[in-house]
Amino acid sequence: MSPSTTLGTSIPLPVFVAVPLVTAFLLPIFSRKGKTGATVLANLATVSLLVLAVASVGQSGVYEIGKWSIPLGINLVLDGLSSLLLLAIGVVSTAAMLFSARYMEQYTAKAKYLSLFMLMVAGMNGVVLSGDIFNLFVFLEIASIASYALVGFGCEYEELEASFKYMVLGSIGSIFVLFGVALVYGNTGSLNMAYISKAIQSSGLNAGLGFALCLFIAGFGLKAALVPFHAWLPDAHPSAPAPISAMLSGVLIKALGVYALTRVVFNVFGISISTGWLLIVLGLLSMVAGAFLAIGQWDLKRLMAYSSISQLGYVVLGIGLGGLIIARGGNLAWASLAILGGLFHLLNHAVYKSLLFLTSGSVEMSTGTRQMRQMGGLAEKMPVTRATCIIASASIAGIPPFSGFWSKLILVVAAIQAHFYWVAAIIVFVSLCTLIMYLKVQRYVFLGELPENLQQTKENKNSMLVAMIFLACLCVLMGLLVIVPSLRSHILDPAVKVLTDGLEYSTKIINM
Amino acid sequence: MLYALCFLLFVIGLYCAVVKKNMVKIVIGIMVMEYAVNLFLIMLGYRIGGIAPIIDRGQLESGTNQITTAFLSSSVDPLPQALVLTAIVISLGSLALMISICIRTYEKYGTFDITEIRRLRG
Repeated sequence: MSPSTTLGTSIPLPVFVAVPLVTAFLLPIFSRKGKTGATVLANLATVSLLVLAVASVGQSGVYEIGKWSIPLGINLVLDGLSSLLLLAIGVVSTAAMLFSARYMEQYTAKAKYLSLFMLMVAGMNGVVLSGDIFNLFVFLEIASIASYALVGFGCEYEELEASFKYMVLGSIGSIFVLFGVALVYGNTGSLNMAYISKAIQSSGLNAGLGFALCLFIAGFGLKAALVPFHAWLPDAHPSAPAPISAMLSGVLIKALGVYALTRVVFNVFGISISTGWLLIVLGLLSMVAGAFLAIGQWDLKRLMAYSSISQLGYVVLGIGLGGLIIARGGNLAWASLAILGGLFHLLNHAVYKSLLFLTSGSVEMSTGTRQMRQMGGLAEKMPVTRATCIIASASIAGIPPFSGFWSKLILVVAAIQAHFYWVAAIIVFVSLCTLIMYLKVQRYVFLGELPENLQQTKENKNSMLVAMIFLACLCVLMGLLVIVPSLRSHILDPAVKVLTDGLEYSTKIINM
Repeated sequence: MLYALCFLLFVIGLYCAVVKKNMVKIVIGIMVMEYAVNLFLIMLGYRIGGIAPIIDRGQLESGTNQITTAFLSSSVDPLPQALVLTAIVISLGSLALMISICIRTYEKYGTFDITEIRRLRG
């Protein structure tokens, strides 16, 4: 695939932002009686986004908004990494929207919920497509503000507290990013990522740009909930309605945090040995701390939220390891392997963590509690939820042949090849901790004695089951993405190449 | 010097947001940070004695080259102003949401003190 020859794509890129945005503003028109119509419309929008994302795989192109050529105007860029993220957002939002069709009947103001949901999707799609750093900030804020509101959607004690905490830390993160953008503009005189990158290459990093890089790492790190910045996540993700937890843990922290971080570090500033080490340390800290904190939890969703921090550590570790090898001038094949592991884990985590949150929502809706001590013996009452939960748990713990096994295997192999034996040991160890925490979930939720008050528990129906089964099938089949070469060369390899190419990004975009 | 003062304002806002116990004061701290960044953006494009970045028709008639060099050396940079306008609108949106959550929290808990609003643990 040679991006310099393919000028445009067959898909006009703004539709990824326009479809959810238009839907978001159409939805509040529906009155309380038109709830069904609103649900159908929102589901149509997410499904069409998924179809578009699948169609965009393997393509690359640039779209100039309003025909203003760069660097004067804003451009949208589709490359391997963007389409990987678009795919993840499409899959998770489709499943979460299908799930909310029934789950959100418990809440009032469903149309408003759907509208905020679509705004969040619009923001995330915008972030992964934008080629302009200030535009990226704007989309980041759209997605963040929608998610703050969605976390507090229940308006109960816990939800409001979690939402406030999330909003304060999220806003500080956004302001850091804006400050970074201002510093970058002051030092390079451009807002387009390709031109910034070119200016940095010719002038080198000065103190102002170095400070901007620190601000970006802190700001996006806050959004990604890497360990020193993770305080908000274990409160915010469990308090949100289950489909929103799935969206937040599944894609929001990745699109706003990990994606933006890697784009800025790899393609704009260029990876150096110190930033590579920084990413590795952040990743390892998140993995270990997240796993230890998760094992001690008794709240089902809180346990899953902590394990999200831990799993996100794997992604950042893989990407950082690859970056370090590149910066040292090491073997490019090993670097590609480490980055492949990280990105594949990102995609896997999006699928199985959203599935886990959906099953937790299904359990919560049937039993009315999230405390694992008050549950037990649900295996017979809720067979489908149980089966899908086992598949997701096996995936996240890395049991072959489920998807999580492959990405962890790749990471371990990459770490060993690069002679980071201790990193490989930590990866295996954290994987074991993950297995323990999900065995705990199985033991206390689905096995054991059924408490008196839960005798009447029933399995949930219709769309909730469809959403869970859809994701469970993906969990089983995702391993094919690395095993089948043609799938890998279409979906994962272009994304890896974007990162290994690093600063060549600017030349590609400018010549396009 | 001015940049240092602007950064000081940013740090004061950050301090206020991190240390204060009252929810409304935290919100004020965040807004102070936001304004410090906006001020910084405006200062980037500012030029002492600069003119508005607009060329009117009367100027154009007296030779284009001459005008552009004079214009480039004396006008302020309009781009940061556009950025700040966008940033202000965004911060208005998040301010409105923050304040409404503060109000709802006060209705539930009867206090703005975050040390007393602690139901989430672990």
